[in-house]
Amino acid sequence: MAEHRIETPVSDELITNLRAGDKVFITGYLYTGRDSAHKKLIDLVNEGKELPIDVKGQFIYYVGPTPARPGKPIGSAGPTTSYRMDSFAPTLHALGLKGTIGKGSRNEEVKESLKKYKAVYLAAVGGAGALISKSIEGAEVIAYSELGPEAIRKVEVKDFPCIVINDMYGGDLYEEGKKQYKRD
Amino acid sequence: MKVISLAQVRDTIKDLVQKANFELQDDVLEVIKEMEKKEESPAGKEVFKQILENSRIAKEEKLGLCQDTGLAVFFVEIGEDVELKKENGLGSLKEAITEGTRTGYEEGYLRKSVVEDPIRRKNTGDNTPAYIHWELVPGDSFKVTFIAKGGGAENMSAVRMFAPAAGMEGIEDFVVETADKGGSNPCPPIVVGVGVGGNFEYSALLAKKALLRRPLGSHNSDPFYADMEKRLLERINDLGIGPQGMGGRITALAVHVESFPCHIASMPAAVNIQCHSHRVMNFEL
Ligand code: SF4
Repeated sequence: MAEHRIETPVSDELITNLRAGDKVFITGYLYTGRDSAHKKLIDLVNEGKELPIDVKGQFIYYVGPTPARPGKPIGSAGPTTSYRMDSFAPTLHALGLKGTIGKGSRNEEVKESLKKYKAVYLAAVGGAGALISKSIEGAEVIAYSELGPEAIRKVEVKDFPCIVINDMYGGDLYEEGKKQYKRD
Repeated sequence: MKVISLAQVRDTIKDLVQKANFELQDDVLEVIKEMEKKEESPAGKEVFKQILENSRIAKEEKLGLCQDTGLAVFFVEIGEDVELKKENGLGSLKEAITEGTRTGYEEGYLRKSVVEDPIRRKNTGDNTPAYIHWELVPGDSFKVTFIAKGGGAENMSAVRMFAPAAGMEGIEDFVVETADKGGSNPCPPIVVGVGVGGNFEYSALLAKKALLRRPLGSHNSDPFYADMEKRLLERINDLGIGPQGMGGRITALAVHVESFPCHIASMPAAVNIQCHSHRVMNFEL
């Protein structure tokens, strides 16, 4: 598995280098959001209105963290299950979003949209929220604060650890990994 | 007659929900370490490493092991000879457990993951109600088991009403199929609780109770079901899903099966899926 250290925002060219199974360490900013925030974003797109975030070249991290202890930027902050955001991802890819980060498999529409718009789907280790919080250095709620843990945050990350699950070539680590280790 | 103070129940629960969310218990850690040795895939090994590192950081910094600190689920076994002392404005045992949950989740900076209504979805803001299962038993015991149950793994669970002719094989295929369908979603390596028998709702409750068995990975005292547990663990691990679904030898840490008498016409079975972040604790007063 190749290792990449990348900085956001990213270019299309960078995405072409990422392959299913590669390790990626992200530095820069990520936007966070899950079910409710996505629904609001997509409603805005459908109404032809401007989004509260510019997704071009960016990644959205599917997470609903625990409250931060005093003096800390964030609480425990591991990925949530991604399939719940499947119906929203292609619309955001079309607007220039270069990747999503979560855990668990995506549907065919999302995988197709990764190919079409040159984007990737990455996973962080689910249930490692305390460890992952160590690579988050700052967090700021920038939209939908009424959603509490589900609000959209801009988080500053340093070497945020993830792994490429779906690349823009149709590669799928979940399928390939399972095939390799399956015993009949 | 044993007297139990409701204030003591509340305070114990307030501490328990926090501790369970910050520290994996020794039996769970032991199974994780044992399974780590058996993992062969590089991605799988990396996942095990992160899980263990995560548990060290969570305990040290009193941080949620996972950001999904779960629904607060309780199994309460209370003796008929127990007298409850109402005090500090606590009027019932249910209130004491609710208060303990509310204050524990607040004080511990744990996430509030409950919505008021399944369709309208407004957060209750304090992680209550607690989900409490009561069992009245003879004598004067008072035992509480707590599990912090996250949504990701719970969503991959299933109940099925079999015809008795489906037999042992039908049930085993159902369990393996449920684990397979869950794939990477419930944060494998998973723990699988299976309830066989009872009726529709009882089978689901049995499956949840099966998850609560300690130590993790111990077997049913009935050799018939102990064998079933061993077979199921092997079959699930042969699926190749592996840690976090990235491919590997270890998809499940343990399979626990519980059974109960059932109707001559039916054979219900339920599978409750749990993640590696298996946050279970008990106490007795
Ligand atoms: S399935 Fe478990 S480990 Fe994974 S996110 Fe949910 S609670 Fe956390």
